[in-house]
Amino acid sequence: MKTVKSNFKFKGGVHPDYNKELARGKAIERMPVPAELVVSMSQHLGAPAKCLVKAGDFVTRGQLIGEKNGFISVCVRAPAAGMVKAVEKRLGPAGGMADAVILDTTQPPPPPNPINPVKTPSPILPPLDWKTASREELLSRVEQAGICGMGGAGFPTAVKLNPPPTKRCEYLVLNGAECEPYLTADFRVMLERADRIRLGVEIMRKVLGGPAVRIAIEANKPEAIAAMEKAFADIEGNVEIVVLPVLYPQGSEKHQIYATVGRVVPEPPALPIDVGCVVENVGTAAAIADAVEKGEPLLERVTTVSGDAVAEPKNVLAPSGTKYSDLVAFCGGEKEPPAKVISGGTMMGFAVSSLEIATTKTTSGLLLLSKRRVFQYASGACIGCGRCVRACPMNLNPALISRVVDANDIKAAEDAHVMDCIECGACSFGCPAYRTITQSCRRAKNSIRARIAAEKAKAAAAAAKEAK
Amino acid sequence: MKPKETAEHYILSSSPHAHGRASVSRIMLDVIIALLPTTAAGIWFFGMPAVWTIATCVSTCIVTEALCRLAMKRENTIGDLSAVVTGLLLALNLPAGLPLWMAVVGSVFAIGVAKQVFGGIGMNPFNPALAARAFMLISFTGPMTTWLKPFWWKTPEAMTTATPLAVMKTWFGAEAMSSATPHGLCNAACKGVPGLWDMAVGNIPGCIGEVSAIALAIGAAYLLFRKVITWHIPVAFIATVFVYSLIAGGAPATMQVLTGGVLIGACFMATDYVTSPITAKGKLIFGCGCGLVCMLIRQFGSYPEGCSFAILIMNAVCPLINRWTQPKPFGAKK
Amino acid sequence: MTIAIAVIAGVGLVAAVALAVADRYLSVKEDPRIGMVTAALPGANCGGCGFAGCDGYARALVAGTAPNGACAAGGDACAKEIAKILGVEATATERRVALVKCCGTRSEAIRVGDYNGICDCNVAASTAGGDKGCRYGCLGYGACANVCPKGAISIHDGLAKVDKRLCIGCGKCVTACPKHIIELVPASATIHVLCANPDKGPAVRKVCGVGCMGCHLCEKNSGGKEAGHFEFQGFLAKVNYANPPDDEQIVAKCPAKCMSVDPHFETGH
Repeated sequence: MKTVKSNFKFKGGVHPDYNKELARGKAIERMPVPAELVVSMSQHLGAPAKCLVKAGDFVTRGQLIGEKNGFISVCVRAPAAGMVKAVEKRLGPAGGMADAVILDTTQPPPPPNPINPVKTPSPILPPLDWKTASREELLSRVEQAGICGMGGAGFPTAVKLNPPPTKRCEYLVLNGAECEPYLTADFRVMLERADRIRLGVEIMRKVLGGPAVRIAIEANKPEAIAAMEKAFADIEGNVEIVVLPVLYPQGSEKHQIYATVGRVVPEPPALPIDVGCVVENVGTAAAIADAVEKGEPLLERVTTVSGDAVAEPKNVLAPSGTKYSDLVAFCGGEKEPPAKVISGGTMMGFAVSSLEIATTKTTSGLLLLSKRRVFQYASGACIGCGRCVRACPMNLNPALISRVVDANDIKAAEDAHVMDCIECGACSFGCPAYRTITQSCRRAKNSIRARIAAEKAKAAAAAAKEAK
Repeated sequence: MKPKETAEHYILSSSPHAHGRASVSRIMLDVIIALLPTTAAGIWFFGMPAVWTIATCVSTCIVTEALCRLAMKRENTIGDLSAVVTGLLLALNLPAGLPLWMAVVGSVFAIGVAKQVFGGIGMNPFNPALAARAFMLISFTGPMTTWLKPFWWKTPEAMTTATPLAVMKTWFGAEAMSSATPHGLCNAACKGVPGLWDMAVGNIPGCIGEVSAIALAIGAAYLLFRKVITWHIPVAFIATVFVYSLIAGGAPATMQVLTGGVLIGACFMATDYVTSPITAKGKLIFGCGCGLVCMLIRQFGSYPEGCSFAILIMNAVCPLINRWTQPKPFGAKK
Repeated sequence: MTIAIAVIAGVGLVAAVALAVADRYLSVKEDPRIGMVTAALPGANCGGCGFAGCDGYARALVAGTAPNGACAAGGDACAKEIAKILGVEATATERRVALVKCCGTRSEAIRVGDYNGICDCNVAASTAGGDKGCRYGCLGYGACANVCPKGAISIHDGLAKVDKRLCIGCGKCVTACPKHIIELVPASATIHVLCANPDKGPAVRKVCGVGCMGCHLCEKNSGGKEAGHFEFQGFLAKVNYANPPDDEQIVAKCPAKCMSVDPHFETGH
């Protein structure tokens, strides 16, 4: 084990105000289970889970309430015991509607009725010894525990840890960059749960067939680097802590792979595994350790509640499905009326319209920003200053994309490689005309995806017709 | 009846929710600040006529901008200070002592025709100040090429003179015509060629803002420090001019760079965002092109000075350069 | 002089022969009916028929691979004319026009936030689910108006409105709307329910002052369930356009004020 400096610096990137000092020094605090939980069936990337409960059902903590529904999907377990008040469509943090189980946790399940036994709730998973367990057992445990990437995108971890047999994983990159402003959840996990992370890494290494491990941490987190150095001091094999220069978006998968091992992931649809890499978040590693060693599914996570409109910024360990209003109340309430509420960090997080929205397995932060911290987009003309071109870590021409999307020319945006855009927001961050460049990219991408889906559907329909 | 609004009413926008706080008006303000030294030098050397020209151009540009936006029923954009920059740049590219009504006509042309006709800031294909200067050079050739001497009030018997470049042009033109150059002519011409120090501080005839190399360099350094411009265009432009004049002979290379509009052109005019390429590679091509065209005009054209025309010509090529130099995405096949 | 005349005449002759030869051997044989059918079509190239423009539809018609009557813009008259050219039956079509099923203006429907971004419904809807409290409400950012080939849609008071006289029923707006609240309805129908929210009354009331609560009064006032003028989806009344009501009294009697008589003409064109 050694600590090295990153040898590869990607082009572009920006330096936002990190504002991490607000919650940096706050130890992780466990929050009491709130009276009501809103457990979404779509907390991950991919197909939403299939809901297994209905209004009036009682559930126990850890009970399976949503079944994995497809290859790219993750199951959902009840974060706490209680009664199902309703199953209805609720708005998620990202603005999409999804089925959600509304749990009343003040009503614990009644003792089993011997005359008319309710379906016995499945117990929390039995602990596993990772050293003796087979690879398949470990993978299935990760799947059963409902673990998805906790960095933000929420890709099903079991799928990521099980690459196709034709592709070999040479590097496991552990993402502890946390380059998003305000967020300190991963930082605190690295500080306080370093041993769990190490165990998770060892399990993942076993599952992936023994790749080299690279732990990526930004240079502005010396305490985390020290904690990880200590935890990994006596680990065997090829393990390195790579200290990354402070630069946003250092946490982007592609850029982290480049910064740590110097490999470049080709254009979509190529994945990191195509260059022999798997990237996992530090929080995910800790969750895997808990799932295997303790049989504890992914029911709660650390969320940074911060921003200048929160009375007491904190790193809160809360059950997934905690409403934002409960989180804010736990952090002393609002210091002043927020002008903007963001689920996630300020660079890639989602603005939400209400505090009634609940956290998911991927909610790394909740920010309440006052008017002073919020800026307004304007539709000023592009003056061609090139700041976005210099800032774009994907080396695109955001100015061009933004112009052609304004003119509704999605084809031109596609020709300008808009599908490579990682929506990191570096372009909009520096735009002196306050243009909605990132949103334009998103608009183009949505429109292209919709077109491709429509074409596929049309082709499928034509094929079906032909078959007849 | 409308239902009660919820107490919480937040701003909903797409990410990012953070901004570097750069703004168009701040950039324009930086350009104005960067132009202050050369403005001051121009006023020092050419006196009140320079003040009047600058004041006229700036105020006319602002008024024209406001009126154009009003007429087009678009939002007022004088707050972004781009009209001030255009007015100031135009004034700095005019000879002091130009009849003020001509300055008014030029300013109206710069904002009205070269900028707002195309839709205002960000839309103009040509640098408005340079387009107006070219327009004025053709329309008012005489007054536009009548140069006040620095400190003209000290020599009331001969207040105007030719610029060093014009002197050199006549000289080399004569040399080309007759192989045996009379020494007398050469000496006479050489008298019109200033020393290095004069060229550096700006004690030479020329446009208000183009004479003082030191003042321009201070301004350019400020722009580079503030990251308003990158080094690519100025360096490529000046280096091309320098190398070309070393190879082609004629006037000394230092003089080609230090006199005429090369410095102000390379640092302030060619670096205009809207009319220059967006990528670093494109900027280098653009800068080299400006330098080359400028020197070709100086050597072969009928004008002694070709900087503004060179930049205008390269402005026209800019979309093409942009097309050539699209960046390759990170991870794309080479 | 004579030489010049001869040369010019010679060049002309050679060119004429070349053209004649080209016409004979290089010309593409095309069914003349394609041209005639294209001429009979309205020429809007709206794509509402599912083909690439009017020419594409004409080719498909002549080839016999497309049904006559798919052109919403041309309507009956056009179908008849095509039938005459091709000698086939015209399927009877009724002219249909787009209807935006929402009447929650800025003063009636609540907004849950201040949207700040690109003026387009699709991106607005994907930003925190849109700024309108009602999930089925018209956002009013003009995605439909942007795709309308006839400029028949305009935004008034945060709502998209269709000009019935200009609408050709191509259906582009129907697919463009992220809220799926635009429907093609018979142009002859005059009574409409301008709401698409199937939620229960109190839930609707919470977000909109003019949302349908599913009280069934419109059904009762139009002769009851047997008359079949209305259908219900959840707590939302829908006009049965196969059997539309004609008594305008029911509109005035709607307690939710979500019904309207011919809302199309409110566009102010």
